[in-house]
Amino acid sequence: MEKENKTFILSTSPHLKSAETVSKIMLSVVVTLIPAVAYSIYQFGLYTLLLYVVSVAICVISEYVVVLLRKRPFTLGDYSAVVTALLLVMVLPPRFPVYGVILGSFVAIVIGKQIFGGLGYNIFNPALIGRAFLAATYPVHISSYVLPKLGVDALSAATPLARMKFDGVLIPLKPLFFGMIGGSIGETSAFLLLIGALYLILKKYIKWRIPASIFITVFVLGEIFHLINPGRYPDGVFHLFAGGLMIGGLYMATDMVTSPLTHRGCIIFGAGIGALVIMIRLFGGLPEGVMYAILFMNAFVPLINRATKPRIFGTGT
Amino acid sequence: MKLFSFSGGVHPPYSKELSKDKPIQIAGIPESLVIPLVQHIGTPCEPTVSPGDKVKQGQLIGKAQGFVSAPVHSPVSGTVKKVEKVLHPLGQYVSAVSVQSDGQEEKDYLEPMGDRIEELDPKAIVDRVMNAGIVGLGGATFPAHVKFSPPKEKPIDTFIINGCECEPYLSADHRLMLERAEDIVSGAKMIGKVLRVSRIIIAVEENKPDALQAMNTAIDSRNMISMVTATKYPQGAEKVLIKALLGREVPSGGLPMDVGVVVSNVGTALAVCEAVRDGKPLIDRVVTLTGNGVNAPGNFLVKIGTPTSYLVEHAGGFAGTPGKLIMGGPMMGIAQPSLDVPVIKGTSGILILQEEPFMHEEHLPCIKCSFCVQACPVSLLPSKLSVIAEAKNWKLAEVYGVNDCIECGSCAYVCPSKRPIVQFIKTAKLKLREIKAREKQ
Repeated sequence: MEKENKTFILSTSPHLKSAETVSKIMLSVVVTLIPAVAYSIYQFGLYTLLLYVVSVAICVISEYVVVLLRKRPFTLGDYSAVVTALLLVMVLPPRFPVYGVILGSFVAIVIGKQIFGGLGYNIFNPALIGRAFLAATYPVHISSYVLPKLGVDALSAATPLARMKFDGVLIPLKPLFFGMIGGSIGETSAFLLLIGALYLILKKYIKWRIPASIFITVFVLGEIFHLINPGRYPDGVFHLFAGGLMIGGLYMATDMVTSPLTHRGCIIFGAGIGALVIMIRLFGGLPEGVMYAILFMNAFVPLINRATKPRIFGTGT
Repeated sequence: MKLFSFSGGVHPPYSKELSKDKPIQIAGIPESLVIPLVQHIGTPCEPTVSPGDKVKQGQLIGKAQGFVSAPVHSPVSGTVKKVEKVLHPLGQYVSAVSVQSDGQEEKDYLEPMGDRIEELDPKAIVDRVMNAGIVGLGGATFPAHVKFSPPKEKPIDTFIINGCECEPYLSADHRLMLERAEDIVSGAKMIGKVLRVSRIIIAVEENKPDALQAMNTAIDSRNMISMVTATKYPQGAEKVLIKALLGREVPSGGLPMDVGVVVSNVGTALAVCEAVRDGKPLIDRVVTLTGNGVNAPGNFLVKIGTPTSYLVEHAGGFAGTPGKLIMGGPMMGIAQPSLDVPVIKGTSGILILQEEPFMHEEHLPCIKCSFCVQACPVSLLPSKLSVIAEAKNWKLAEVYGVNDCIECGSCAYVCPSKRPIVQFIKTAKLKLREIKAREKQ
């Protein structure tokens, strides 16, 4: 029965595949981040460019080395290490030391991602793991901010959230929206981040229900507390555009690997993040809580997936 | 116009323009044919002929075994050469009868019964469907007489003629509706009479307005209507179609008759018409031969048992380097190792695709993008199932509904990690069946 000469490729159906690939998705994320990255270099100087370069290099090299050690096929072509590198730098203060960035990038890739098994297996957002590690290691550096080139609040280089929390000063909306404020390197321009994310939403590369749910929750809860005590708590709009909510909500909570699978799951996940952000901002010891809120909810994703498992066709009611 | 649709699904490139405007051509009679003795879901037939026997076109050569089985007839007149095991398009080796054609087309059909619906006896129609060896021609190849004999406690109120043809590339059903609308309607009425249904629905996808018009023109009865479905894959999958048209969900593990419905492909209706009216057994069918790997794609009326190589020659030979030979459509069809495989009753298309780099790509881990979750027409979590099955956790796969998968391939189509999700799922189903069989012992 060996007489057939097997000239055709054998594989299971389907024999058509869409044009989407992991590397295309990750590369799109990188490209949509470029406006915000470029703006941050303009705002905070060439030093930030150095940080980006260092972080990309360390992330890529660490990924390469670990993959070699694990004797796995090399997956750098997927650009996910570059996404991690950019996002990590974007959520660090502008004068963060280079050695800190090296350490954080290494931790993000090795502890945040590869230890779990690499791409697709990590539970937490790798960039946020890197940042959380740096927050614990360099508590002083992580909270030292400088005045940006286009800064409006010349009195202080502090972030709008720190000004609000510790000084009771509220930055007006326009500079907040366009990023003429102090803050982490890439988080300041809500406008540029929104434009980039809009493209990803249109391409369905990010699950829009997550940022929508986060922003609605933050706005509504923020507004409620503002109405209760306007002198003490800022309004909902301020909450939306201050701090890391935009970059966190649009680019980090939406990381495919660490967010829920179902529509309902995404809404629950986003609401959880939004509520935690408000709790930390208003009642916690820190001025900002987006990072911890996302990491905390990342841990719940498997549970959320199980709880929101869709009803299978032809079963149940 | 109301469009009926479903949630989930995908929009692959349809590529039907390659063949949809090509009228059905008669492929002719190959010199030798190989007719497998199992071309249906159910018990294989026993051969009724031996090497050296003379056979006529339409003569019984394989006798059905039991109720869930369908007889096989010789598509040509000629001489039986061999009865031996051959590679079947479904991947196993099965018994098959080889016939050397004499080119005479000497017929030995069943007794014609006419097409006056009022005068036909339902029982006689079912017997004829059974004796003519008719199976579901959409590709599932379930013996049609079994489908048309639902148990008493499952009354059928709706019969659906499926003309969706949602598989990309295929246009055989499209051409049949254009060219044989009246015969399809006639066959549908015969089946409707057997099932005693109050209505017959002809479902056509929106992308075939000419076919819809042809069917509407042919409809001549008040209990028969056409319904237009959205152009989306897998609109023509039985369960998906019933839900879209009637809002009824076939229960998990159940059949359409559990919700009072029977669905048949347009080709099946035509075969029933020909069997009843003309006494013609199922010995040929319309096949779309297409893809960028052949020079002259088209639709052909092909004798069952015709080797693929004969058809490829008929369609102008290969174009470029052929990479894949697929029996059926690109979404659910089965890749074939060689041109030796014959056309069988379930062959709706033969697709030849040029070799492309993606055919050799390795898959990556799941990145949980959830594209597959949104695409699944039966609301499974394909990503989860693929990971579970990859880890060989068969029991957990069952909990996650692996047996409810209709294997439409929408998940694997959208997967950016190019994971062979359907393959994982098929393996899990097979393993679960093995486990069940072992537990029974």
